[in-house]
Amino acid sequence: MRRFLIAICLTVLATTARAEIDIQEVTSPGGINAWVVEEPAIPFIALELRFRGGASLDLPGKRGATNLMTALLEEGSGDMSAQEFQSTLEDLAASISFRASDDSISISARFLTENKEDVLALLRQALLEPRFDQEALDRVRAQVLSGIASDAKSPNAISSAVFNAAAYGDHPYGSAIDGTAETVNALTRQDMIDAHQNALAQGRIYASVVGDTTADAVSGLLDDLLGDLPQEGPPLPDDITYDLEGGVTVVDFDTPQSVALFGHRGMKREDEDFFAAVIVNRVLGAGGFESRLMTEVREKRGLTYGIRSYLVPRFHAEVMLGSVASSNETIAEAIEVTRNEWARMADEGMTAEELDAAKTYMTGEYPLRFDGNAEIAKILVGMQMIGLTPDYVINRNDLVEAVTLDDVNRVASELLQPENLHFVVVGQPVGLESTP
Amino acid sequence: MTRLFAALAIMISAMAAQAEEVTTYTLDNGMEVVVIEDNRAPVVVHMLWYKVGSADEPAGTSGIAHFLEHLMFKGTDVLASGEFSSIVAANGGSDNAFTSYDYTAYFQRVAADRLELMMQMEASRMNNLAITPEEVRTERGVILEERNQRTENDANALAQEQFRAALYQNHRYGVPIIGWKHEMEQLDLQDALDFYDLYYAPNNAILVVAGDVKPEEVLALAEQYYGVIPAEDQLPLRERPQEPPQRAERRMTYVDARVSQPYVVRSYLAPERDPGAQTEAAALVYLAELLGGSPFTSALGQALQFDSQTAIYTNASYSGQWLDDGTFSFSLVPAEGVSLSEAEAAMDDVISTFMESEIDPARMDSIRTQLRASEIYALDNTQRLAQRYGAALSQSLTVEDVQVWPDVLQAVTAEDVKAVAAKVFDRKHSVTGWVVSNEEEAR
Repeated sequence: MRRFLIAICLTVLATTARAEIDIQEVTSPGGINAWVVEEPAIPFIALELRFRGGASLDLPGKRGATNLMTALLEEGSGDMSAQEFQSTLEDLAASISFRASDDSISISARFLTENKEDVLALLRQALLEPRFDQEALDRVRAQVLSGIASDAKSPNAISSAVFNAAAYGDHPYGSAIDGTAETVNALTRQDMIDAHQNALAQGRIYASVVGDTTADAVSGLLDDLLGDLPQEGPPLPDDITYDLEGGVTVVDFDTPQSVALFGHRGMKREDEDFFAAVIVNRVLGAGGFESRLMTEVREKRGLTYGIRSYLVPRFHAEVMLGSVASSNETIAEAIEVTRNEWARMADEGMTAEELDAAKTYMTGEYPLRFDGNAEIAKILVGMQMIGLTPDYVINRNDLVEAVTLDDVNRVASELLQPENLHFVVVGQPVGLESTP
Repeated sequence: MTRLFAALAIMISAMAAQAEEVTTYTLDNGMEVVVIEDNRAPVVVHMLWYKVGSADEPAGTSGIAHFLEHLMFKGTDVLASGEFSSIVAANGGSDNAFTSYDYTAYFQRVAADRLELMMQMEASRMNNLAITPEEVRTERGVILEERNQRTENDANALAQEQFRAALYQNHRYGVPIIGWKHEMEQLDLQDALDFYDLYYAPNNAILVVAGDVKPEEVLALAEQYYGVIPAEDQLPLRERPQEPPQRAERRMTYVDARVSQPYVVRSYLAPERDPGAQTEAAALVYLAELLGGSPFTSALGQALQFDSQTAIYTNASYSGQWLDDGTFSFSLVPAEGVSLSEAEAAMDDVISTFMESEIDPARMDSIRTQLRASEIYALDNTQRLAQRYGAALSQSLTVEDVQVWPDVLQAVTAEDVKAVAAKVFDRKHSVTGWVVSNEEEAR
């Protein structure tokens, strides 16, 4: 019997705030890991589970299967129908949510301390013994189809769909996890059973528990909760290189405000320059009111309510994206200003003052994120999934502080490529046409 | 199942009353101060609430409350335009603001030792805003794009705006918070300054500070920064145009090609939470849960999504925390092949059946338990607790009303629910709206 418990006492020291968070790493007798933060002040517990893979494990021709399967986990299991399962949860004043995304399945549970055993028994039953009743399958399928229909008329959803299809083609990143009306209509109960077998593998679990419990107690419950899931899942998809050329794709849609989604290749999370890239992005477009894009496009010209850029380091590809919405008459100007700002940062970099302001914000803001049991639990599984260790919460601000002006300006010139930005514009933009 | 029922009995008894620690003061100039202590993390939320919202606007200037909220981030006599947010960010904090029908609120979330700086800056912009016509012109572009993004580009939001305008026949709750587009286009510097000069004053404001603070220290800082600002002696009584007796049911169809599937909504006027009189509002919270809370256990969900496949989505909701009349609403998205008239008839059948039947005591108990537990979960989010007090106090409720509200909810009986339902479900006080992509779907 293997059991060990490392308790690491972590104190986050930041420029402006100290958050004390004591992350304990536990491994169950059966070998399942979890990170635990004991917070007895309020008598409830937040549990967060992630399974790597998610919708990227959809089998050929079965796009949407993992998403539909995940939605069905709360729709009946063991000897309980959907309604029995949910009314039992309600009587316990607990919530469990199941959500599929591109590369993972997330499960978030919140329950009062005194109901821990009953809620965990229900969660175990949902994970291990889902019924996939035909009635539930058809009912939830209709809800998914309704969402697909709604996305087809949403400028934001259209812009994502067109951008992703152009950038990633047949890779799972190239299509929405919901699937299409055609693929979803064709899904059967057997497809749900297959997706379930593939998506919830022990070897792909990341877990955290935050709240009114102890590390020992968590270590003791993991095997019962998760130990009977399949050991291994099928292979994950290959990485894909983003190589969409710069240009403009206009999607005609009759609406008064055009929505633009734009981007080019980004940077891997494990790249040693990643924090420099985060700072470049913050000063360029992720800094709320302080960013250059907000200053130029919103504050000075009044062309938009919001514009932002963001780094998206995913498991199989990395991109840098941005989005802006402006009236059909003014979107061309908003895009021109955006390109100019992109080029100005690439060519001239930022000032020492901008770098300092970004660092002060980032180091000061970091401890404020650890706000509430469920928030902390989500941060902890997110860290585990990208291979960080608990001491990252101590070291993270030092990594930010270590970035120099030379670093950010070198990275800005390498990362930002205004000529390679591809803009997908949904609406009826005046003065913009698709490039060949 | 029996095992779980046993556990439930234990849970109810063990859920001891646990509440936030709240201290209140009133400054000499009339400003109210609420301090909520939460020492779990060295963080503070500083919120300033003005008891003025879009429903207090002069006719013809819809959107001015929200526009002024934007302009408050421009300069003051000591801060350059945009400097307020820059300083908050440079201190590792975040800041923002929001406008509703009844209030306008500004907040910062920052390390607890930066509270004084936040107060100093927020107090400075209560009286010393310095905005230029050029800033007003540019920012008007921003709010028009905000309206584009929230409303003009969203068929559902446009439909909702039309229905709400019909539900309120006299009250300004029928006018969108962001404003009607044609009036927003005309808003100018003077409109903003007139509104600001009249309403932004300590005797029309509530300070809420929540987090790792000591009440007496907050009071000392509040006296130093806010206490020196003179009260506004022209502040008008808050008496807004009220609804006349409503005598005719309203029905509307909103047609927009961007609607992905037809649906039906119905809203009734409903009583709001009033000072010392919150029982009807509490009963309406139960009514919404019983009729259309969870799709798995509510009357509409069970009848229309499980027992029959009439709908793919059903909901009932109560919006009751307002200074004046609130709303009780239903919405329903029909299943494939079910027309809107069939769906609406099915919805009305469920409501009639509910009114004619006994309410299951087990459902009442379950809702009661969930409401009690939600008070425990609420303690985990200090900012939301701060919002609870700020909103309530700006809507004429008292600290005591906020604190007894969980008990008022616990005391609701099935008879209370039935009585308030009978009062609210009068079609003469309602708007029924169909939202469709073409006329064909409205047949």
